[in-house]
Amino acid sequence: MSATSHSPGAYDAVVIGGGVMGCSTALHLAQGGMRVAVVDRGPLCREASGVNAGTLTLHMTRAALVPYAMRAWQMWMDAEKWLGMGVLATRVPGLTLAFTEAECELVELRAQARRAFGAPIEVITPARAREIEPGVHPSLLKAGYCEIDGFASAYLTGRAFRHALVRAGVDVIENAAVASIDSGDAGHVVRFGDDSGRAPLRAARIVLAGGVWIENMLAWLGVRIPIKVLINQLIVTERIRPVMRTVLSVANGLLSLKQFANGTVLIGGGWQGEGDRERGGLEARPQNLVGNMRLAAYAVPALAEARIARIWLGLEAETADAMPIIGDVPGVPRAYVVGSAHSGYTSGPFMGRIMAQHILGQQPELPLFDPARLLGMPMPGA
Amino acid sequence: MVEAQPGAVDLLVIGAGPAGARAALRAQACGLGVLLVDENPDAGGQVWRPLPPGFARAAGVQPSTEAVQGDALRAELRGAGVRCLFGHKVWNVGRSLRTDLIGPDGVCSWQPRALLVATGTTERVIPFPGWTLPGVIGLAAATVLLKSQNMLPGRRTLVAGSGPLLLAVANGILKAGGEVAAVLDLASRADWLRTLPSLAARPDLLWQGARWQLALRKAGVPLLYRHGIASAEVLGDGFRIRARQVDASGAPIASASSSDFEADALAVGHGLVPGTDVTRLLRVRHRYEASHGGWIADADAEGRTSVAGLYVAGDGAGIAGAAAAGAHGELAAVACAFDLGRLSAQDHARARDRLFAEWRRPARFGRAMAGLMALRDGAVAAIPAATVVCRCEDVTRSEIDAAARDGARDMNQLKAWTRCGMGPCQGRTCGDVAGALLAAHVGGREAAGCFTGRAPLRPVSLAEVAGDYTYADIPIPKAAPL
Repeated sequence: MSATSHSPGAYDAVVIGGGVMGCSTALHLAQGGMRVAVVDRGPLCREASGVNAGTLTLHMTRAALVPYAMRAWQMWMDAEKWLGMGVLATRVPGLTLAFTEAECELVELRAQARRAFGAPIEVITPARAREIEPGVHPSLLKAGYCEIDGFASAYLTGRAFRHALVRAGVDVIENAAVASIDSGDAGHVVRFGDDSGRAPLRAARIVLAGGVWIENMLAWLGVRIPIKVLINQLIVTERIRPVMRTVLSVANGLLSLKQFANGTVLIGGGWQGEGDRERGGLEARPQNLVGNMRLAAYAVPALAEARIARIWLGLEAETADAMPIIGDVPGVPRAYVVGSAHSGYTSGPFMGRIMAQHILGQQPELPLFDPARLLGMPMPGA
Repeated sequence: MVEAQPGAVDLLVIGAGPAGARAALRAQACGLGVLLVDENPDAGGQVWRPLPPGFARAAGVQPSTEAVQGDALRAELRGAGVRCLFGHKVWNVGRSLRTDLIGPDGVCSWQPRALLVATGTTERVIPFPGWTLPGVIGLAAATVLLKSQNMLPGRRTLVAGSGPLLLAVANGILKAGGEVAAVLDLASRADWLRTLPSLAARPDLLWQGARWQLALRKAGVPLLYRHGIASAEVLGDGFRIRARQVDASGAPIASASSSDFEADALAVGHGLVPGTDVTRLLRVRHRYEASHGGWIADADAEGRTSVAGLYVAGDGAGIAGAAAAGAHGELAAVACAFDLGRLSAQDHARARDRLFAEWRRPARFGRAMAGLMALRDGAVAAIPAATVVCRCEDVTRSEIDAAARDGARDMNQLKAWTRCGMGPCQGRTCGDVAGALLAAHVGGREAAGCFTGRAPLRPVSLAEVAGDYTYADIPIPKAAPL
């Protein structure tokens, strides 16, 4: 929608940042009866929410986030019902592979930690793993196995959410970079750059949902919480014959592998490229491409023959304690923040739902993650 | 595998067509250490394409002017000892200009101080029902067959589209003993006449064009101006091709009758699009210039782009024709030699002025031809809804329109929503036409933008990048937090 398509009256809530969490928050607020706008400096879901690997797994989700991810997993599988348009969410089993003794220990440890939070992950023998995934390398020693796993085509996320938001009466304001927010007793005024020609938006409540840019957004309100930026590399192959039928990861979490119905295989796992918050992803690191491709082609040897179609980068946010930031902005009334969940795509729609429940004065289905805990907490390794 | 220590060189030139080859020669003469890379087995590019390895001209066959010029260029490169890597594809370029290649012996990397991109053009085809059928090839592809292997596209070929390649291909077919069903030209006779002042600079080409026209007439080949293809459908071993009259925008004229032709091959091309894969990958500033072929890197007259050390030259920098490309390449080479401190300001200025003078006349002609080949909006608007636009991913025109109506505002959003341009060609084939289709919804080509460039520029296999290794050789980072 263009800048002129929304009316100048005040919104009950303006969500800044149109990724999965912002869009889900906006949608659930609108369904709760609020008048809502979602604003993004680009198109909806074109940063992490649209360029991630689309893995819907419990294996790589932080253990404490498993209950959230399990609820979100169901939301993704049901996307056509509540968004009116799907993202090709596909249910397949997931395996975490161990090729060394040390990795076997790690697989046991990670499975145990996730089981404690309700993930149905068991450790299985290589023979059983090969029944589930015949394409896996014969040197496999052990595998973590979870039947709740799968993937989506992340690039469809923006189209699906846009469809749902418009249908729910949310004003979608894309390609509009917010410059500042004035907050006072009368609410918030969201201002765009002087040269944008856009009128400011008045909002009773604001929600900051800007992924790695949450740090900058909080700074508009005078709040300092550092957010670390990960520059994840992704690789997709051309369409190839069926070579695998599960979602695969490795013991230390640094591989994600799946073959889509169209035959392409997506290789991820968070190998780092060059980039930063200001300039986004800049370029892949050759040695990390080599490492990621070696790991992928080792896990599924048939992948070696595949040709790479495309390499790109996506930004992922991480807080000082590696847990999400979901709740009230400290010291600023009726301002909220939602984001920085590890494996945020998997749990994103549910995180938006509980954020909305809190804003609507309801009891969230699961606890939020109070941003105040991060005030003054140093970033490890910084 | 990808090497940690790339080889060092002053200037790496991608593309050994007229622009790249002349640039390499000139840069080496200026004292730069040069590496010239091309995916073909030898220099010459599309216009001076060499015979494939192992092929020789049959005794008594007179080489064409282009073959003679190409042979001279190849001899000059060998004589000057320019270091060349033929049969090597560039699959990635980093921000430091590190260039990753894949060749017959696997992958290798080079770290130049400056990079010149002279990658020429890609042919544009405005889709019509049947354009993806086997037996339908580009005009440029037809010239490859004819020039490099003396092969005919078919026994009886229909030649259609726009620009000077139409007559060149039709005559090449006749000369090689083939039959031409008809030539359909989107341009009118008046469009051609308007290029006459620029042709005055090239009497040789004017004369050649006249001879070609005469040869077609003598062979009884219908030459239909202001005509395009409505459809091609399979008929026996060949096609039935429906031709229809169009207006100046390329839009079909509803009241005009159509005529059918039968042929077993169809060579069709609607102009050339500058190859901007490398500059888009490196986030160089680009601008849309319809008269230059489409999106081009924003560069100064000597080919300097918005990225330091990165130069563009030849038709890939904006179509000005093969005859101008050599001087353009040399302009970029002397600019690079000056920028790297190997040429004094005075010597640079002198060389530059001479090369500009050499470039101007052929460029005027080349630009006039580029104008004839420019995309015609009416022809794009007439693409039927069910016709595939992105042939890698089978994306139809109606899917593109639907995405635009659903709110896709730029090319990258369109790509995500429809998979248009996500296939192995990286949007080289469909990108220009898809851009024109989206532009009609969002208010212009600049607003619609172009696909972000992504590695690999050419497909490369995992095995090629990964090399030989054991599990212990994989540099696995430390585990993610629990």
